[in-house]
Amino acid sequence: MSSRPPAENITTANQKGGQTDVDRTPVDGADVCVIGSGPAGALVASRLAEAGHEVVILEAGPRFDPTDRLARQERAIRPYYDRPAVWDGDHERDAHSNSGEWFYPLNHARVKGVGGSTLHWQGMVMRLHEDDFNSQSERGVGVDWPIEYSDLQPHYAEAERELGVSGGDNPFAPPRDEPRPMPGFQPSYSDSLFAEACDELGIAMHSVPNARNSEAYDGRSPCVGYGTCQPVCPSGAKYDGTVHIESAEEAGATVIDRAPVQRLEHNAESITAAVYATPDGEYRQQAEQFVVAAGGVETPRLLLLSDSEQYPDGLANSSGLVGKFFMDHLFAGTGGLLDEPTRQGHIGFLTSECHQFYDDADDETGPFKLEFFNYDGPSPVEMALTGDDWGDALLDRLREDYGTHIGMGGLVESVPTEDSYIGLDHSRTDTHGNPVPDVHWEVDDRALRTIERANEIQESILEELGAEITWQVGPDNTGPAYHHMGTTRMGDDPAESVVDSDLKTHDLDNCWIASSSVFPTGGAMNPTLTIAALALKCAESLKQAL
Amino acid sequence: MDLTRRDAVAALAAIGAGGVGAVGLQRSTTGDDTPSVDTELVGETLVAAAEAVYPTEVTGIETFVETFMAGRLDDGPHAHGVAEAVDALDQRAHSWYDDSFGALSVEDRDSLLGETGADTAEENPDGSTAEQIRYYVINELLLALYSSPTGGELVGIENPQGYAGGVDTYQRGPNA
Repeated sequence: MSSRPPAENITTANQKGGQTDVDRTPVDGADVCVIGSGPAGALVASRLAEAGHEVVILEAGPRFDPTDRLARQERAIRPYYDRPAVWDGDHERDAHSNSGEWFYPLNHARVKGVGGSTLHWQGMVMRLHEDDFNSQSERGVGVDWPIEYSDLQPHYAEAERELGVSGGDNPFAPPRDEPRPMPGFQPSYSDSLFAEACDELGIAMHSVPNARNSEAYDGRSPCVGYGTCQPVCPSGAKYDGTVHIESAEEAGATVIDRAPVQRLEHNAESITAAVYATPDGEYRQQAEQFVVAAGGVETPRLLLLSDSEQYPDGLANSSGLVGKFFMDHLFAGTGGLLDEPTRQGHIGFLTSECHQFYDDADDETGPFKLEFFNYDGPSPVEMALTGDDWGDALLDRLREDYGTHIGMGGLVESVPTEDSYIGLDHSRTDTHGNPVPDVHWEVDDRALRTIERANEIQESILEELGAEITWQVGPDNTGPAYHHMGTTRMGDDPAESVVDSDLKTHDLDNCWIASSSVFPTGGAMNPTLTIAALALKCAESLKQAL
Repeated sequence: MDLTRRDAVAALAAIGAGGVGAVGLQRSTTGDDTPSVDTELVGETLVAAAEAVYPTEVTGIETFVETFMAGRLDDGPHAHGVAEAVDALDQRAHSWYDDSFGALSVEDRDSLLGETGADTAEENPDGSTAEQIRYYVINELLLALYSSPTGGELVGIENPQGYAGGVDTYQRGPNA
């Protein structure tokens, strides 16, 4: 085992990207410039580099040293460090505003650095359902996507192979032609407690697809049960974007870290250069094609920051919709205590869910999914570090508080509305002097009704179990699932959307967007598998364009 | 319940430190500009502190703490943070109890730790003396214990958060 420093020893100088002798100058003769190194940017970059193209990736954050992951895990456990600190979040660098009615904790919701927010994600990877692609036609709300599930189905399968997905049967999932690459994780003991109650109520439980190795896969370890999946997996069993960054680099791509793109220089038809800042000055990266893959907040922000005489409202924004329709999934949860051990907290991921009610969605109630927790209640080690006791008194407290918690979660769709948006706050600037993003998040009434419906089912299950319900996250105290979607929506009509079904902007002939920002609606499934499938689709279209 | 060297190695692996194979404390230095850490005092004081902050049913503390700290003291800033907190604790022991911390009874060590304010302090590696004692001494030791298999089992979880205990235990019932 190699040497790994304790939590407080991680420094910028400890990171490869923090070295002052790193060459961050532009790459000559680049075919493609990818902005952002999360899973979307990494997949596009690796595909195009493997096809022989000269690819450069500009990443705003640093490149993290993989040998620091155990130290980052310590940060995740110790109370001194907040969630952004686990991955070196910087409140000044990442400053933002919240002008909406609903507060959005943006810097808890993202990681800036090579690998992006997959470094701290949970790792659940479901396909959207067929009706999710036809929300207006089938449910009477939102819009239809310009593509069908069948268009994305082969890319979903490819994405599952690329990320490495473990999963078993799910009778409510959309059609598929092949099993997932790895078998699913076995149900937990607490799943077996839920199963008895669900059987009584006629509620189905089924496997969860995880981007987490149930066996060795693609040169990476199987899960070893560290239990800190979110926000850090020290074993590498959980997929993150660094997997495909590594593939891209092996195929000849260049990654420039600590290089936030300031603006995209352009003429009326094309982007000509990405202007990026570095610790040692500003540079211009030229390329034939540009892929913006900076997530649902920074992607529209960069387009808005790149306004010009030709595009006074922001680049690729002749529709006026860049930044509009900001969506997230909403959380619904209920939990309590049983009078028997529930065996929580051995692992940090889910093994069972329920998608039984998903396709009942209409214009009154949205799609939602239910989750059966394996980690409800407090973590003993985290409790131990926060009390004012030790010795026998502490152990007594830990034994009292750990052991009988049981809980359920769920995700709910939010309908896209124009009054929920990402804008620029011109009254505040970041460390480079650019206006900070303004998260103006609004939540629709259908979503709140859907949370109530999810809560009702959760309560019925827990009551059948005989649990004493002690907490609930309902419509009054719900929060986001940290899935930023909708801010450069995809569509056929240039007046009603920002990108076409190939993910190329309607306005510019060499500007592509690979991100959840292109989702016209969000469904209620965790978005990353769809992000990956769309990125692979985008890469295919780009190959044709190059 | 007996803490073993396996527990210390597991805790080290869990929270990140090098030198996992090493047993016993080594004198460490962190460069020309910083003084070397008195690992003898650090080791003696941490073992003594562990005897106060660990539950009475835990045995095997000395080997566990020494093995654990051998890995944690390899690194400069952390090693010096631990050394400074230990030094502050020992100074208070001399001032208030006329002896070194390690020479006090377990009851007096327990009292002294509380009298520093570390019981109600929130951990902070750059904070007040009480906050640093909480971070580098008390929470360092509690983190080591409760992220180890034996520490977890004390509470009823064989695979506590931070320990790579595999993917079998979560499937087992309480009587398995």
